[in-house]
Amino acid sequence: MSYQSIVLVKQVPDTANISGEVMRPDGTVNRAKLPAIFNPEDKVALELALQIRDRYGGSVTALTMGPTRASDILRECLYMGADSAYLVNDRKFAGSDTLATSYILSQAIRHIGTFDLIFAGRQAIDGDTAQVGPQTAEKLGIPQITYVEEIVSLEASTIRVKRKLDGGYELLEAPLPLLLTAVKEASDPRPFQATRAMAYKNARSLPELEKLSGDNPLLYLDELVQEYRDDNLFIGTLTMDDLDIDPERCGLSGSPTKVHKVKSVVLSGGEHEQIEPTAEGLGNLIDQLMTDRIFG
Amino acid sequence: MTEQPNQVWVFVEQHDGKPADVSFELLSKGRKLAGSLDGGLKAIIIGHEVRPVAEQTFQYGAEEVFLVEHPQLEHYRTMPYSRIVSNLVQQHGPRIVLFGATTVGRDLAPRVASFTRCGLTADCTDLQIEDVTYQRTEYPQLLLQIRPAFGGNIIATIITPDSPIQMATVREGVMERITLNNAVNGTITDIDYTAEDTDTLIRILERHREERNVNLTGAPVIVAGGYGMDSKENFQLIHELADLLGGEVAGSRAAVDAGFIPPERQVGQTGVTVRPRLYIACGISGAIQHRAGMQDSNTIIAINNDPEAPIFDVCHYGIVGDATEVIPKLMDAYKQKLK
Repeated sequence: MSYQSIVLVKQVPDTANISGEVMRPDGTVNRAKLPAIFNPEDKVALELALQIRDRYGGSVTALTMGPTRASDILRECLYMGADSAYLVNDRKFAGSDTLATSYILSQAIRHIGTFDLIFAGRQAIDGDTAQVGPQTAEKLGIPQITYVEEIVSLEASTIRVKRKLDGGYELLEAPLPLLLTAVKEASDPRPFQATRAMAYKNARSLPELEKLSGDNPLLYLDELVQEYRDDNLFIGTLTMDDLDIDPERCGLSGSPTKVHKVKSVVLSGGEHEQIEPTAEGLGNLIDQLMTDRIFG
Repeated sequence: MTEQPNQVWVFVEQHDGKPADVSFELLSKGRKLAGSLDGGLKAIIIGHEVRPVAEQTFQYGAEEVFLVEHPQLEHYRTMPYSRIVSNLVQQHGPRIVLFGATTVGRDLAPRVASFTRCGLTADCTDLQIEDVTYQRTEYPQLLLQIRPAFGGNIIATIITPDSPIQMATVREGVMERITLNNAVNGTITDIDYTAEDTDTLIRILERHREERNVNLTGAPVIVAGGYGMDSKENFQLIHELADLLGGEVAGSRAAVDAGFIPPERQVGQTGVTVRPRLYIACGISGAIQHRAGMQDSNTIIAINNDPEAPIFDVCHYGIVGDATEVIPKLMDAYKQKLK
C-alpha cells in the first residue's frame, strides 16, 4: 500500500543567531533583518514522510503558509525529495495566530485533497508553541500523535509510533488518517540532493512570478505561470480566492491572541562582585560562601 | 453556555493516580487569579480511580472538582480527554483555563482552544490580571499572558481581549506551589463519561514512564553548563564540580541541543525553573529564557570568558575566564578550604 503524505513546514527566523541590527532602537524586532531558516523539526517531519514514500510508494506534498520568501523552504523541500509543494499566501492571512493559521492550513489541506498522513514538526523555534499541529488535526477532525520520536511500523492502514513522554515513552497504534508531530530525535534529515537542487533551483511560486512580471513589462504573468507549469517548476500557490475560507477567521480578525506589549530585554547591568580567576580570588570566594552557609 | 463568570479552571494532570506537580502550582496561581477576579477556582480531573487526587486539590484552593472517571480513561489519550475538556469548557464558560506545559498539556490544550475557538498562549512565565485598553477599547480584568519571545530578545505580553475564555500553558516550577493551612471545603462533581467511537482509535500498546530521578527544583546546589563548555568531554567538569559540592547538574537549552546533557536537566523557560541556594552558571551566556529559569536563585556565580555576557547581569559573583580553566581551580580552592 502506498501513502499520500502532507508535511506542514514553516520558515522561521533563526532565533539562535539574532544580531544587533535585528533589534530596532525601540526594542521591537525587525523581522526583515532576521536570517530565515527551515524550522528544524519540520525538516525532521519531512524526512519521516520521505522515508515512508521511499519504502512504500505514494507521494509527499510540502505545505507552508507564509510570505513570498517562504518559497525558499519549499524549494528546499523539493531538493530533499518532496514530490510537490504549496505556498499558502495572501495578504489577508498576515498576522494570523495559531488558531487562524490552523484554520487556513486545514482548509488548504481540504483543497489539496486526500491524504493518509499529515506530518509536522513538534514546534517552531520562533514561538515554541507546538499548537498548530494539534489545532490543524482538530479542525480536520482527525486524531493526532504529538512528540513522535520513532515510527515503529506501518502496515496497511495502521501505524505504530513511539511517543515521547515526560520521563518515558509510549508505544501507540493508530489508524490512518492521522496527524503526527515529530521531535528532532525521530530522524536525521537527508541532505539536499544535487540533481534535484539543480532541477528545482528555478522553481517559483506565484508571488515570485508576479514580482518577475512586475519588474519586466515584457513578461506576462499568465504566460510565465504556464511556462513554469510546463517545465514542472511552478510551486502551487493557494490564495484566499482558491480556498473555501471565512475571511473573518483569518489574519488579525481571526486571531484571538493579541500582542499587548512588547518589552525589549534591557540588561540592567546589575551589580555583582568581580572575582579574579586566581587561587587567591577563588579561595576568598569560597570563604565568603562558607561564611554565608551557602554550601549548607 | 451557562454563565458562571470569572471562574478559573485548572486541568489537573495525573499519571497512575499521582498528580503532576505543575498542576498544584497552577492551582496555587489560579487561586490568586480567581481572587483578583472575585471568582472561583475549579479543577478538572480525568482518569480511573483518581478521587484521591480530587481531594488533594482542596489543599490548594479548588472549590469544585469536575471528576470524570472510567477505566478507558486511565491513561491520557488525546481524543476522549480533549472532547471531555472541550465540552465542559463550552458548557460552563470559565474565564480562564490553565494547563501544565507537559507532553499531555501541550497535546490537549491546543485541541481544546481550537474546538472552542479561543486564544491560547504557550509557556507563560507570568500571569496577571489587569484592566487593559487595547485599540481604544477598555477591557476590564484581562489575563496578561507574559512570555519571552524571539530568541529571548523581547518579553511579550499576550492578551485575548475578545475571547470569552483565556487559556495558557505554564511549565513546571514557574509558579510557586502554596499549600493552604486549611483546605477548602470543596465539592466533587462527578461527570458521566459517554464513550465515543473516536475515543479508542489510538491504542496504547506499551507505556514506560519512570518517576523522575532528576529533581532539579528541590536541589540546594545546581551547577549548570552551557554551550560555552564546547564539548561533552569538557562538560564532565560540570559533573565533577556538582559531585564535589553535592549538587545537581543542569544545562542551558544550547547545552541540551548540543547533546551535552539530557533535556530533563534543562533550566529555563522551556525547561525547569529553579531557585536553589547556589547556582553556578558555567559557559552560559544568559539569554532571557535561561535567566527566567534561574534568576531567583539565592546566590548565583557566573563563569564566562565574555565579560559582556548577560549572565553577569543577574549574578552575585562574576568570574571572567574560560570555564574549563576556572572550574578545576575552583575545585582546588574548595578542597583546600575543606582541609
